[in-house]
Amino acid sequence: MKARLHPNEGVIAMQFQSPLSVEDAVAFLADDQNARILSGGTDLLVRLRLGHIAPSKIVDIKKIEGMRSITREDGGFRIGAAVSGAEMNENHDLYLAWPGVVEAAGLIGSTQIQGRATIVGNLCNAGPAADSVPALVAASATARIAGPSGVRDVLVQDIPIAPGQTSLKIGELVTSIFLPAQPVNGSDAYLRFIPRTEMDIAVVGCGVSLKLDSAGTVVQARVALGAVAPTVLLVENAAEILIGTQLDDDALSALAEASSSVANPIDDKRGTIAFRKDVSGVLTCRAAKIAYSRAKGTVK
Amino acid sequence: MSQIHVKTIINGDASEFLCAADETLLDVLRDRLDLTGSKEGCASGDCGACSVTMDGRLVCACLVLGAEADGTEITTIEGMATGENLHPLQQAFLDHAALQCGICTPGFLVAAKSLLERNPDPTEEETRYWLAGNLCRCTGYDKIVRAVLDAAKIMRETA
Amino acid sequence: MPKDEFTPRTFSVVGTRPLRPDGIDKVTGRARYGADISAPGMLTGMVLRSPHAHARICSIDTSVAAAMPGVKAVITRADFPVHPENNGTADVLDNCMADKKALYDGHAVAAVAASSRRAALDALATIKVVYEVLPHVLDVDEAMKLDAPILHKGRKQEGVPADVSDNVLTRTEYGHGDPEIGFQMADLVIERQFKTAATHQGYIEPHSCLATLGSDGQGDLWVCTQGHYMARNTCAEILGLDSGCLRVTPSEIGGGFGGKTTVFLEPTALLLSQKSGRPVKMTMTREEVFRASGPTASTSIDIKIGMTKDGTITAAKGDYRYQNGAYEAMNGTLGAMTGFAPYDLDHVNTVGWDVVTNRPKAAAYRAPGAPMAAFAVESVIDELAYKLGLDPIEVRLKNAAREGTKSAYGPTYPAIGLEATLKAAKSHPHWSAPLGENQGRGVACGFWFNFGGDTCVSLMVNPDGTVSLSEGNPDIGGSRAAMSMMAAEELGIPMERVRTIIADTAALGQNEVTDGSRVTFAVGLATIKAARHAIQIMVERAAMTWGIDPEAVEWVDGAAQPAGPNAGKHPPMSLAEIAAIASNTGGPISGHFEVNAEGAGVSFGTHIADTEVDPETGAVKIIRYTVFQDAGKAVHPSFVEGQLQGGAVQGIGWALNEEYIYGKDGTLQNAGFLDYRIPVASDLPMIDTAILEIPNPGHPYGVRGVGETGIVPPLAAVANSVSRAAGVRMTSLPMSPPKVLAALKKM
Repeated sequence: MKARLHPNEGVIAMQFQSPLSVEDAVAFLADDQNARILSGGTDLLVRLRLGHIAPSKIVDIKKIEGMRSITREDGGFRIGAAVSGAEMNENHDLYLAWPGVVEAAGLIGSTQIQGRATIVGNLCNAGPAADSVPALVAASATARIAGPSGVRDVLVQDIPIAPGQTSLKIGELVTSIFLPAQPVNGSDAYLRFIPRTEMDIAVVGCGVSLKLDSAGTVVQARVALGAVAPTVLLVENAAEILIGTQLDDDALSALAEASSSVANPIDDKRGTIAFRKDVSGVLTCRAAKIAYSRAKGTVK
Repeated sequence: MSQIHVKTIINGDASEFLCAADETLLDVLRDRLDLTGSKEGCASGDCGACSVTMDGRLVCACLVLGAEADGTEITTIEGMATGENLHPLQQAFLDHAALQCGICTPGFLVAAKSLLERNPDPTEEETRYWLAGNLCRCTGYDKIVRAVLDAAKIMRETA
Repeated sequence: MPKDEFTPRTFSVVGTRPLRPDGIDKVTGRARYGADISAPGMLTGMVLRSPHAHARICSIDTSVAAAMPGVKAVITRADFPVHPENNGTADVLDNCMADKKALYDGHAVAAVAASSRRAALDALATIKVVYEVLPHVLDVDEAMKLDAPILHKGRKQEGVPADVSDNVLTRTEYGHGDPEIGFQMADLVIERQFKTAATHQGYIEPHSCLATLGSDGQGDLWVCTQGHYMARNTCAEILGLDSGCLRVTPSEIGGGFGGKTTVFLEPTALLLSQKSGRPVKMTMTREEVFRASGPTASTSIDIKIGMTKDGTITAAKGDYRYQNGAYEAMNGTLGAMTGFAPYDLDHVNTVGWDVVTNRPKAAAYRAPGAPMAAFAVESVIDELAYKLGLDPIEVRLKNAAREGTKSAYGPTYPAIGLEATLKAAKSHPHWSAPLGENQGRGVACGFWFNFGGDTCVSLMVNPDGTVSLSEGNPDIGGSRAAMSMMAAEELGIPMERVRTIIADTAALGQNEVTDGSRVTFAVGLATIKAARHAIQIMVERAAMTWGIDPEAVEWVDGAAQPAGPNAGKHPPMSLAEIAAIASNTGGPISGHFEVNAEGAGVSFGTHIADTEVDPETGAVKIIRYTVFQDAGKAVHPSFVEGQLQGGAVQGIGWALNEEYIYGKDGTLQNAGFLDYRIPVASDLPMIDTAILEIPNPGHPYGVRGVGETGIVPPLAAVANSVSRAAGVRMTSLPMSPPKVLAALKKM
């Protein structure tokens, strides 16, 4: 049974800090193992209210320079840790390059949630069903981590290590996500399955990133699944199945099969094992088709 | 625990308050500032009854800390009408009987106003998706969606 | 009391669509709901709840909590007066505060009042409860077995057989004829078992109240409730108070749907107030709302129906097994009464079982018990029609109950509107519109009794000719507007001249809860009668002024006038003119009416649902929906449409995604709006409505209640639609995507 602490149990003197620099933020975090980072707050405040966490300190990173901006870098995009889903969706260049990532970010919660929720928060909560993570993994995104021992860049797929747990060390925080330059004839897509049309957590999520040659044949492919394992899953043999094809029916059914078989879900209140495995295959094909047509649309 | 001193502008008026670190903006609005038009339906961002705007962005006040409001501009349902003149959305909700119990109405109005500020001519589908974070259990949404679309039309015609 | 005869008439106010008088308050945020009020010196009350589905409470130690700073009162069940076991009040109290056993996850076991929410939470965390965890049971069929864990011993009522467990509290039986004979006459007999999950009313406003109770037993309670008289009477009985000493004032109510027809926090808040000497406000969290209020019954139902090739139903049998949570309720009985109510049957037999389980006690939810029964019955009728190649509306028309039909639950119907709704559905463009790939169309009927009950209305004629109307039923969907309209209609003055308020419990006599779709009918009837009473007085005053006999004066278009040439020549005296001189003609004028209203008039509806099923994921989309319902007379058609649309969408949620999900340990897994999935705006199309008006003979204007029937057909309409779209019969709700996909794969 999930522990039901009383709301805010044990909180005696929670503090609120809003540092102006990454160094100060790192110092606050390194100083206090029970500190929590506040960015969009759409998960943190819910858990705080339910009493599932009882931090001694909240470190609001939104006032740190760069945290709220999207900048071009090496042909790609650096997205600050406090950039909201709505802000990502309003960045036209970002959408053109990585529509799947932007749509994944845009699926997190309602319009109200979109005004606050961030992909870094989505990543660092390490929820198995995080919408943006499969899309980021398919896109080969990296996270920049600042900590007491300096700055390092890590592949997004290496951040979550278990439900609710990340590879971040004490005092570390993710300051931005980097999306590499979208190759010519490349694009991506993300789809998720939810019981309603909105307001649900993904039962299955699938991100697909494809690069084609000028003839429309797949030359690079990355497929990632969410909500079907403790952490995001890369469908390792997707590239093998798709490269050299033009997404014909055989390739798609092999892809669906690969996706369903790699999925390793649980039965819970959101779906059954059988359902999640089936839908993994279905969504992978659907997302691949979208990514393919998008990539093909860029063929000059 | 010392309290945090916060300076904001709420519905156009300068407002200062003290709050604890774990108090939400919704707690502050309702319990400290007597702005009870924003409702607490879930305290988890799932119902939208506490919708307000913060620096022009639609948010759930239950998912914002009071301390985060420092230096921001907040608008709530109490700031929607101008004196005795209702906002066209408020009038449309009355004209279309778009409320029954009325508990979700403030949140819907604030959210719909935010929609029409960004998109003066939304489709029915755009309206439904924009408002998907606002739960209504009485109406089945039919009359709410009609009211928003009608208010949009009236606002376009009088703009 | 004689039933009021309906008299055909033309209306000038009733049937129009004026703006609601409480509208501006509600669109500006000024309206005050349960949690929107505070009092000087107010404390925050909070409840400690059982984390176990079924556990003996061995001990509760509140000593640390009581000594904490800011804590002003701590109570457990031991602080409440003792009531004899096995009576209704004891059950209500037991549900508010557990006694020897916690009977469900979320059952209250202690409460504190403290100077802040934080202090209250910190205090709750120190209360030590020693539980002995007991085996639990959640499913109705499991709970009926003789070896099931037993919640209450020795409460089986007469008629419950020995071969079921003590969890079965009642067994009821209805019907006539001999189904076994009828089945032999059928060309096709279908028997199926159906399951429905428990759902919650899902009102957006959590339960909230503000209580003040002195050591002298004088108290005030502000509360969001569907019935403040119920709240007063129940709290007074639980706490041993004189009900006249407790004044209850209803707040604006943020939805109820039946879920606010009982008390949860109120007795606790009053007792905390008395112990602390301070006002105490209590508001449930959303999690508490799901764990400890609502929900409705989950069910297991067997239906067997026989039909001839021409669509005549020859016999029908139903076995309705409902679990009502931890205490007695009658959802199963109501299911057994309502399931076959739309049909004219020669041979029918139904049995209802009401069973307790380790879940929160079921509260009423819009036509309680009926939607699940209709789901089962209407599914089998649909399947029979499908397999016999018959039109499902024609089949229903062929068997439809009409005036004079002996109903399956006993009474013989007066004029009713089922046939009208079916004919309207049949001729509606929706019924003949083309369907696309993977789409299906379902139709279903539904019935609800409607209710009258104790009702009081006072109508005051003010000196300036305006009218103040006091009624005693919380306005949950626009009833203040409806009452003002009916008073204005009767008095012959504009609706804007009549302001209706919901009076507190000290201002009027007893009023039944806002439930049973009774308010527009019963309070409307009392309003009309109170207006007639005031008119009678005004006629007398005019007669006195003119020096003629009151019998020679009539009331026409808002004024008294001589009834004929023999009465003399006097210019009409308007209501305002009579009001202005009332002080000189005998004093202030008011009318009132008190009644136990009968003749509510049963209600029927027919729904058409179109759905599209994604064959690869099992996802269901509602693509078109139309409601046909008999309103008797729609006083405010927009509000009637709203009731039909709201009921339909609640039913759609019930059909597709809403359900209480429990873990193996008996704890609720989805106590929040994230995973308890009520429909959101983007899930739905517009909900079309067609209001039929077959006058209720029991109401002066022909009004029938409309609030509940709208939730009865949609479970079946959607299920029939999905079954036809998917090509496989869906017999278990909700039809969530995993269930639909699994059914598709089994084909």
